[in-house]
Amino acid sequence: MTAEIRTSDGELLSIKLKKVERRRRTTAFLLAAPLLFFIVFTYVIPIFQMLGRSIDNVQMNEFLSETHEVMQTWDGSEMPGEDVTSTFYYELKTAVENKYHGKIATRLNYEKGGFTSLIKKTSRKLENFDENGNFLEQFIDVHKKWGDIEYWLAMKRGTDAYHFRKYLTTFDFEQKFDGSIERIEEKKRINVTLWLRTIFVAVGVTFCCFILAYPISHLLSVLPTRYSNLLMICVLLPFWTSLLVRTSSWMVLLQKQGVLNDTLVSLGIVADESRLELMYNMTGTFIAMTQILLPFMVLPLYSVMKTISPSLMRAATSMGATPFHAFRKIYFPLTYPGISAGSILVFVLAIGYYITPALVGGAKGILISNRIAYHMQQSLDWSLATAMATVLLIAVLVVYWLYNKIVGIDNMRLG
Amino acid sequence: MNSKKSDFVKFEQVDKSYDGKELVVKGLDLDIAEGEFLTLLGPSGSGKTTTLMMLAGFETPTNGEIYFDGLPINNIPPHKRGIGMVFQNYALFPHLSVYENLAFPLKVRKVDKSEIEERINKTLKMVSLTGFENRMPAQLSGGQQQRVAVARALVFDPKLVLMDEPLGALDKNLRESMQYELKHIHESLGVTVVYVTHDQGEALTMSNRIAVFNDGKVQQLSGPNELYETPVNSFVASFIGENNTFTGTVKEIASGSAKIETDSGETIVANPIAVSSSGEKSRISLRPERVSIDPNEQLENKFTSEIREIIYHGDHTRVRVNLLGNDDFILKVPNASSDLKLNVGDKLDLGWSSHDCRALDY
Repeated sequence: MTAEIRTSDGELLSIKLKKVERRRRTTAFLLAAPLLFFIVFTYVIPIFQMLGRSIDNVQMNEFLSETHEVMQTWDGSEMPGEDVTSTFYYELKTAVENKYHGKIATRLNYEKGGFTSLIKKTSRKLENFDENGNFLEQFIDVHKKWGDIEYWLAMKRGTDAYHFRKYLTTFDFEQKFDGSIERIEEKKRINVTLWLRTIFVAVGVTFCCFILAYPISHLLSVLPTRYSNLLMICVLLPFWTSLLVRTSSWMVLLQKQGVLNDTLVSLGIVADESRLELMYNMTGTFIAMTQILLPFMVLPLYSVMKTISPSLMRAATSMGATPFHAFRKIYFPLTYPGISAGSILVFVLAIGYYITPALVGGAKGILISNRIAYHMQQSLDWSLATAMATVLLIAVLVVYWLYNKIVGIDNMRLG
Repeated sequence: MNSKKSDFVKFEQVDKSYDGKELVVKGLDLDIAEGEFLTLLGPSGSGKTTTLMMLAGFETPTNGEIYFDGLPINNIPPHKRGIGMVFQNYALFPHLSVYENLAFPLKVRKVDKSEIEERINKTLKMVSLTGFENRMPAQLSGGQQQRVAVARALVFDPKLVLMDEPLGALDKNLRESMQYELKHIHESLGVTVVYVTHDQGEALTMSNRIAVFNDGKVQQLSGPNELYETPVNSFVASFIGENNTFTGTVKEIASGSAKIETDSGETIVANPIAVSSSGEKSRISLRPERVSIDPNEQLENKFTSEIREIIYHGDHTRVRVNLLGNDDFILKVPNASSDLKLNVGDKLDLGWSSHDCRALDY
């Protein structure tokens, strides 16, 4: 027997409650709206565009759309027929007239090396073609590479509107023209090494930050305010200095003729001819990143430790626990939210770190983000860059997901 | 049980200073008997909590020695003292369930599992929290958390339990019922309890003896009765219970009574407690309930006052009058005497015996 509950003015309670709630929700939404729109336009949409770019080849598909279409009927077991070569000839001609054949050359070169010179040379000779003759033979006359079926296979594949091959490249795999997936030749493998190094550095830096931050955070949380403020400023001081300046000062400190090596040599700990290699390798990346990311570990730890009443430790010792036992069983478990929040923060920042490894890392100390920057700025293979960035993004999301599974995102305390 | 020690805990000339400039505890001598419920009572900053912390081992005496069961304990760290403690904010471990909280001191002592369970059940039953084993501290009300804290301090059978204002955070009704409960637990276990509070009502209800602290010193150490009825100095008189005071000079002193001329020129006959010669300045203390209204019997002190304010308090009415120049003289009139018609501005005859009116230090 469920009687309908009504408010004093006769409305159904459940409906009335919803009305009142709705107004509250609208207000809340309006407060959040500006930031929401800002984030959608400057963050969410660009990210999806980036994700799209890693598989998007639509422009190339449009440049050679007819060739691509005709090629669908070609099985690739022997050299393409005249239908393919003639279509390609006319489309290339249009491309030369409209001056986008350079883009075609670059794009096809990603599929198979040698395409740049091939297309450029062919474009120059295009006007000499006899439009009534055999196109394949004329192509081969211009450049003998046209006689290699792989170039035609590469063109077929390279004009697909969408493909996932950049993700294979991200992990040092390639798709052969027969469709099989294999690792690329050993001397070209670099990405997997970089991924592993990135994860190793991120985990290592997180651990070093934890080891360094835990005692200092504890000290900060128990000191009287006037001392702890001063100490806190020392911890946060790096925040107020430009990242570039900080990294450069690490270069001054760590280089072979730098302050640290000079001191060690003058103290006689290290011989002059065997000065330590502290920079342009992993050591440099490690030291500088740990220092720079340290505050991100200290702050969450401090904010959690501040809330732990000192009487808990006293209570534990009064019950007979040694200080170490009390720390292990009481204090340490209570700092888990801070440890996990600090760790995830440092790990996520470290896994995508760019400036510091670029400046002090050298060839042996660069990370995956430096490789992404390389593809964005030097090789201009944006598809590969965005594919790598997407993998990085997914890796971070997986870390968050695991964190939520194991610790619960509600337990995170950032300050 | 064999004979109980009267100096189960002994403070011997204990001084404590935090900053090297001021003594928080000054030359404390205090004996606590086995099985006793002793309360350290005093205003904040009087040194009572410091005293407790020194006994628990969280503070080291600057001078002097503390003995526990005959052994000096200055150099014994807190975890080896075997003293149970209940903290002001309960200090329950928030990440452990009630059961795990109670098991903590037992596990540290490597008690085996079945006995842990048995002891926890017994202790939870004592504080009437059976069935709450798996709750987390945050899921308990303030009073329940309080009981868990008490249970945890008792579960490992310490010979001495310290309590640092354990009821301070509870509301009034709960505090009163917890007072009785703690008293009953103490009586049934026979454990020695040292209890710190600034609430005199709490101290009077529960304690065998009360040590009143002020200014780093014990002002008076006695049972609740004597403390209230026969305070030895004006601090104790004013700190415990309500108190009317007059200041004056001793005129004549002889065989258990003193004539004192108040600052307003009247003469009061009083009981000389802390005065010994004429000419001394004295503060006279008189409990409100010892003053009779419209006295017909033979009393040494009889004066007329003027009513200034009437405050209704339910079970009694407080009447503020002006008497002998004291504008804050309080009377407690029980509600039974409702036939008494009181109006602001009326004259009221008052009287009291010289015995109840104590001449203390100035």
